[in-house]
Amino acid sequence: MTILVIAEHDNSIVKQATLSVVGAAKKIGGEIHVAVVGASCAAAAEVAAKIAGVATVKLIDAPYYKDQTVENLAVCLAQLAGRYSHVLLPATSFGKNLGPRLAALLDVAQVSDITGIVSADTFVRPIYAGNVMATVQSSDPVKVITIRTAAFDAASATGGNATVDTAPLGPDLGVSRLVGRDIAVLARPELSGARVVISGGRALGSHENFHALLEPLADKLGAAIGASRAAVDAGFAPNDYQVGQTGKAVAPDLYIAIGISGAIQHLAGMKDSKVIVAINKDPDAAIFQVADYGLVGDLFEIVPQLTTALG
Amino acid sequence: GGMVKVLVPVKRVVDFNVKVRIRADGSGVDLANVKMSMNPFDEIALEEAVRLREAGVANEVVAVSCGLMNCQDTLRAAMAIGADRAILVETDVELQPLAVAKLLKAVALKELPQLIILGKQAIDDDANQTGQMLAAMLGWPQATFASKLVPGQTHVTVTREVDGGLETLEVSLPAVVTTDLRLNEPRYATLPNIMKAKKKPLDTIAASSLGVDISPRLKTVAVADPAKRAGGVMVADVGELVAKLRNEAKVL
Ligand SMILES: Cc1cc2nc3c(=O)[nH]c(=O)nc-3n(C[C@H](O)[C@H](O)[C@H](O)COP(=O)(O)OP(=O)(O)OC[C@H]3O[C@@H](n4cnc5c(N)ncnc54)[C@H](O)[C@@H]3O)c2cc1C
Ligand SMILES: Nc1ncnc2c1ncn2[C@@H]1O[C@H](COP(=O)(O)O)[C@@H](O)[C@H]1O
Repeated sequence: MTILVIAEHDNSIVKQATLSVVGAAKKIGGEIHVAVVGASCAAAAEVAAKIAGVATVKLIDAPYYKDQTVENLAVCLAQLAGRYSHVLLPATSFGKNLGPRLAALLDVAQVSDITGIVSADTFVRPIYAGNVMATVQSSDPVKVITIRTAAFDAASATGGNATVDTAPLGPDLGVSRLVGRDIAVLARPELSGARVVISGGRALGSHENFHALLEPLADKLGAAIGASRAAVDAGFAPNDYQVGQTGKAVAPDLYIAIGISGAIQHLAGMKDSKVIVAINKDPDAAIFQVADYGLVGDLFEIVPQLTTALG
Repeated sequence: GGMVKVLVPVKRVVDFNVKVRIRADGSGVDLANVKMSMNPFDEIALEEAVRLREAGVANEVVAVSCGLMNCQDTLRAAMAIGADRAILVETDVELQPLAVAKLLKAVALKELPQLIILGKQAIDDDANQTGQMLAAMLGWPQATFASKLVPGQTHVTVTREVDGGLETLEVSLPAVVTTDLRLNEPRYATLPNIMKAKKKPLDTIAASSLGVDISPRLKTVAVADPAKRAGGVMVADVGELVAKLRNEAKVL
């Protein structure tokens, strides 16, 4: 059994999510290879080679992989992936975009967003916004799987000493062109991997309030900031702050929900957090049903008090 | 010039307001007497397609659903929102995304749309696969998780919601697009349009007539409730909260 992990990287740095995917690969068991597809991405391949537990890095390097357009990635990875028992990607926007395209080229199913591994062919995944946990068994020769990174321990970024092999290039299909990226440079921990997450909801009322109240608290806690869909839709926070069924899944040590009602779609993305705190003025808000500590009151008073109390 | 036809696959799913439960005997999810609706992301897909037609960019919007006979309800709803006609690919086989993509490919090869807009994710299986698979099978480019779509003569420019922010791609037509929540706000069907929809054409074709293998590749061996959280406590004020987080939960 040999597992291929598709690295998420920016040609020089391998994203944290990939470490969790290697962690999941270790749980399945077998030899682990990591594919790095990019342009002038030898540095990323070297980083991948140091991840503990990785035996071989497959480097696929050509100028036309610079923007990592998914059509080019899928077609070259399909040449490589057929030889593996498993192909693993993170359930990030990168992996969600690429995984099914690759699976279809291999004519196999994808098992999406798994949170548990029962055996080499049987996996646990949430369905219906996390209200049901399904255990599914795959009969396909290659199992293409996306990993909910928050559900698996990350492999160590160091300690490995993998060989780096060059794998064959695919064609440049030229059907997709990157026009631009508007990616925020985060001064804070990344949401999916953060130890503490504080999330704001519709009750914050405005973009100004959202940031004026939550940033100082996040600074004190070294926290990442998240949001409900309502807060994102209203423009209080960027789209990639959305926590939930159709946003990001997080499982930090501490999650603080501020002015969030607790719709099932929101709970789907945060109810596996270790400790949940809810601050809401409505004592009957559903969020209190999953909270370890609930505080009823006006967030506009409570949040500044909390920020001050944390010294 | 411009695009001629837009295909919009729509799925009939448990309404987003329903909290589903597992059958008492653990044999599956209890869907008896549960409210069903069009997958919310597919309403967004349909809205976008109808806007393209209203803007004169598209001249026909075709909705397609794969599954049981009762998907006709979903297709009528799609036509009430503005689809011109609908196709039901009927089967009682349990459909997984790979199979749906194969059926949709067969439909696309007959209908020859320039653009296929799907939802990014069905809120029942939470798979987030079908659009990407369909694009691969057709050999078309894909622009997933769209929050903005600008049509051109030979391509569409799509802004995508990705980790960290936004990404804009120009993909050549024909193409597959999947919708994210911020693409548009779908309209409600009006009563006159619901009446009109009853007269619009709805063709039914048997999935078996399309000559593709739709047998499931994944077997659900068990369903279970998610882990229950231990009951929490209410605290009186910020002082008590901080003390508990420090001394009891030990997370500060
Ligand atoms: C297809 C689909 C996908 C979705 N995906 C997601 C998802 O991924 N993530 C997500 O979050 N949602 C998602 N939703 C939306 C979800 O159903 C809810 O609408 C949303 O989570 C509500 O956000 P909210 O809690 O901020 O707003 P509301 O439900 O309006 O709650 C606001 C809360 O703030 C409280 N409040 C008001 N004023 C104060 C105050 N001064 N102090 C303290 N508390 C106050 C109120 O009591 C209330 O509980 C999805 C919905 C659909 C249909
Ligand atoms: N049975 C179906 N019939 C028509 N369209 C479907 C069906 N299943 C999935 N889709 C489409 O594929 C999208 C993604 O679904 P999924 O990959 O299952 O999460 C949905 O939003 C629909 O647009």
